[in-house]
Amino acid sequence: MLKIKNLHASVEDKAILKGIDLHVRPGEVHAIMGPNGSGKSTLASVIAGKEEYEVDEGEIILDGENIDELGPEERAHKGVFMSFQYPVEIPGVSVTNFIKTAINETRKAQGLEDMPANEMLKLIREKSELLDIDRKFLSRSLNEGFSGGEKKRNEIFQMAMLEPKLAILDETDSGLDIDALRIVANGVNKLKSEDNAVIVITHYQRLLDYIVPDFVHVLHNGRIVKTGTKDLAHELEAKGYDWVKEEVNA
Amino acid sequence: MELKEKLVSSFMAFENMVDIDSPVHDIRTEAIKTFEVEGFPTKRQEAWKYTSLNSVLKHDYSVFPKHEKALEFKDVKKYFLHEIDSYKIIFIDGKYSSHLSQTTHDGIDVCLMSSALTKPKYRLIIENYFNKIASKDGLSSLNTAFSAEGAYIHIPKNKLVEKPIQILHFSTGNESALMLQPRNLVVVDENSHVQIIERHQSLTDNPILTNSVTEIFANKRAIVDYYKIQNDRSTASLIDNTFINQKQESIAKVHTFSFGGKLTRNNLNYYQNGERIDSTMKGITIIGDKQHVDHNTLVHHIEPNCESHQDYKGIFDDSATGVFNGKVVVEKEAQKTNAFQANNNVLISDKASINTKPQLEIFADDVKCSHGCTIGQLDESAMFYLRSRGIPEKEAKALLMFAFSNNVLDSVKIPVLKNRITRIIANKLGVDIGFDL
Repeated sequence: MLKIKNLHASVEDKAILKGIDLHVRPGEVHAIMGPNGSGKSTLASVIAGKEEYEVDEGEIILDGENIDELGPEERAHKGVFMSFQYPVEIPGVSVTNFIKTAINETRKAQGLEDMPANEMLKLIREKSELLDIDRKFLSRSLNEGFSGGEKKRNEIFQMAMLEPKLAILDETDSGLDIDALRIVANGVNKLKSEDNAVIVITHYQRLLDYIVPDFVHVLHNGRIVKTGTKDLAHELEAKGYDWVKEEVNA
Repeated sequence: MELKEKLVSSFMAFENMVDIDSPVHDIRTEAIKTFEVEGFPTKRQEAWKYTSLNSVLKHDYSVFPKHEKALEFKDVKKYFLHEIDSYKIIFIDGKYSSHLSQTTHDGIDVCLMSSALTKPKYRLIIENYFNKIASKDGLSSLNTAFSAEGAYIHIPKNKLVEKPIQILHFSTGNESALMLQPRNLVVVDENSHVQIIERHQSLTDNPILTNSVTEIFANKRAIVDYYKIQNDRSTASLIDNTFINQKQESIAKVHTFSFGGKLTRNNLNYYQNGERIDSTMKGITIIGDKQHVDHNTLVHHIEPNCESHQDYKGIFDDSATGVFNGKVVVEKEAQKTNAFQANNNVLISDKASINTKPQLEIFADDVKCSHGCTIGQLDESAMFYLRSRGIPEKEAKALLMFAFSNNVLDSVKIPVLKNRITRIIANKLGVDIGFDL
C-alpha cells in the first residue's frame, strides 16, 4: 500500500529525514517511535503533504503511484489521513459542517455526487456512537475550546467518517487521560480492517497496549535505526532510547 | 469644468425644482456656501490621508438625471431580500420608484424624503431633526445643499416594527456618468425597534458616484439595527456619511458589509447623548482587484455609563487597499465608559495593503477603553489541516475567511440576510460550499 524509499526531507534547508525506508501493507499496524526531535512528526507531515517540507530525495508511493507532487487534498482523496497532534481551531464552522464539506469535496474529486443528507446523518450517528461522542459536541465550532481529549476524539471521529486507506496517528496519545486513550484506541481498532493500514506515531509505549502494532520502528536522527515487533516497544519503555542511540553510534 | 464648479453652478438650476421659501432651503443655501469654501477633501487632510477621491471626481457626472427608466422587479429581484416580507423604499437613478416600493403610513411612516420636506404634517419632525447632526464638512454640506430625495422613516414610540425596511438605490446607466446624493432621515422614538437594510447597486459600467447622508436618531430606549450592503460594480463609488444621535439606554448597531465597488468610504459617526447607551459598529470587508474601502468611525462618549463596541474584519486580495480609522472621544463627564475597538485584517496578496489607526482621546479617568489591530496572512497550518481533510485550497481558504469573519456574521439578526451575506461571500471567494454558518 505505502512504500517509502530512501526519503530525505528538509525544512528551510535543515535536513530532518535522512533516508527513510518503510513498507506498509494492507491490514498492518506500524508504530514509529523515537526520542523528541528524531523526525517522527516530520515523517507524518511529509506523507500527508505539508508544503513547507521539501522532499530532497527518494519517493513516497501509494498503491503504486508516486504521490510526492500531490497537494495534501489530493492525497486525502486517495485515502491518506493524518490525525493531528495539534488540531487547528476553526471558529464558526461546526464539526458536522466541516466533516460534511470534507466528505463531499472528497466525493467530488472522485467524481461522485454529494452524499445524500439522510445517508450523511446516518453515518454521523453511527460513527459518533462508535466514539462515544455527544450530539451536542457535533454542533460546536471545530476544535474551538475543546479539551485535549475532545480534540483527539474529534480527529478519530473524522477518520471514522472519511474511512481512509492509510491513517497516520501523530502523537494521538499525547494529552489524553487513560479513559480517553481507551476510547480513542478502541475507535481505531474498530475501524481496522484487512484493507486499510495504520501508522501510529508515538513517544510512549502505552498507546500500543491498546493499538497493537505488527511492527515497531525506531526513528533516530532522521533514520529508522531499528525495527522489531511489539516487544521492542516494551523494551524501549523499560530502557529508554539511549541504548538504541548507543547501538547506532557503535 | 471641474466637478466642484459644476455642482456649485448647478445649485441655481436645483433651486428651480424645489420650494425655495421653505426653512429647509435656508439650510441648503447655507450648505452650498460651506461646500464652496470646503470643497472636496484631499489627502492633505488627516482624515483623508489614505483615500484620494481624485480618480472618482474626474468624471463628468450628471447631477440631475434627465430620463427616467423603469425596472422590472424580476430583473432586480436578486438585490432584494425577497424571501421575507418587508417595507421597501426604492430609487432608480435617484428617482423614487413607486412600482418597486412598498411604503406605509400605518402607525409608522416609511416613505420619502421629498414628501417629508414639503408636506406640513412632517414639518415638526423636519424642524427638530433635519440636518441637526450631519457634520458641516464639504461632502455632507454638498449633500445637504442638494437634499431633496431619500428615505424618510419615523417610528413613533412603543412600536416594534416587525418587517425590516429595505432601502435600495439602483443606477441604470441612463446617463454616461451619474452622481447621486440621497438624503435619509430615521427617527426612532422611545421604546421602538426598527431594522433597516441599505444597498446601492449599479446595473451598468458607467461611472456612478454616490454621496449619501443618513441621519439617525435613536431616542430613549430605542433599538436601531442598520445593515449596509456594499457589493457594487467596480465602476461605482460610494461615500456614505452616517450620523447617529443616541438618547439614554438606546441601542444602535450598524453592520457594514463591504464586498465591492471602486472606492467606498464609510464615515460613521455616533454621538451619545444620554446614559447607558450601547453603540455597536461591525464590519466585514472582503475586496480584491484595485478596490478601496475606508472605514472612518467616530464615537463621541459624552455622558457616563455608556458602551461602544467596534469590530471590523478585513480581507484584502490582489492590489486592494483598506483603511480603518477609529476615533473614540471620551469626554470628562463620561465616566465609567466602556469602549472597545478591534480591527483585524488578513492580506492575501503581497500587493494588498491596509492602513489601520486607532485614535483615542480620553478625558475621563474612570473608563475602560481597549483597542487592538492585527494584520496577518492566512494561517498556513490551518490551511494544511483543512487540505489534509480533502478540502481543496480555494475552499479551504474560503472556510478560513468565513471563520475569520464569523463573529461579525453571527450578530446579524435577520436570518435571511445572514444567509444572503454568506452567499455573497461564497460567491466573492469563488466557492460553492454547502456549509451553513
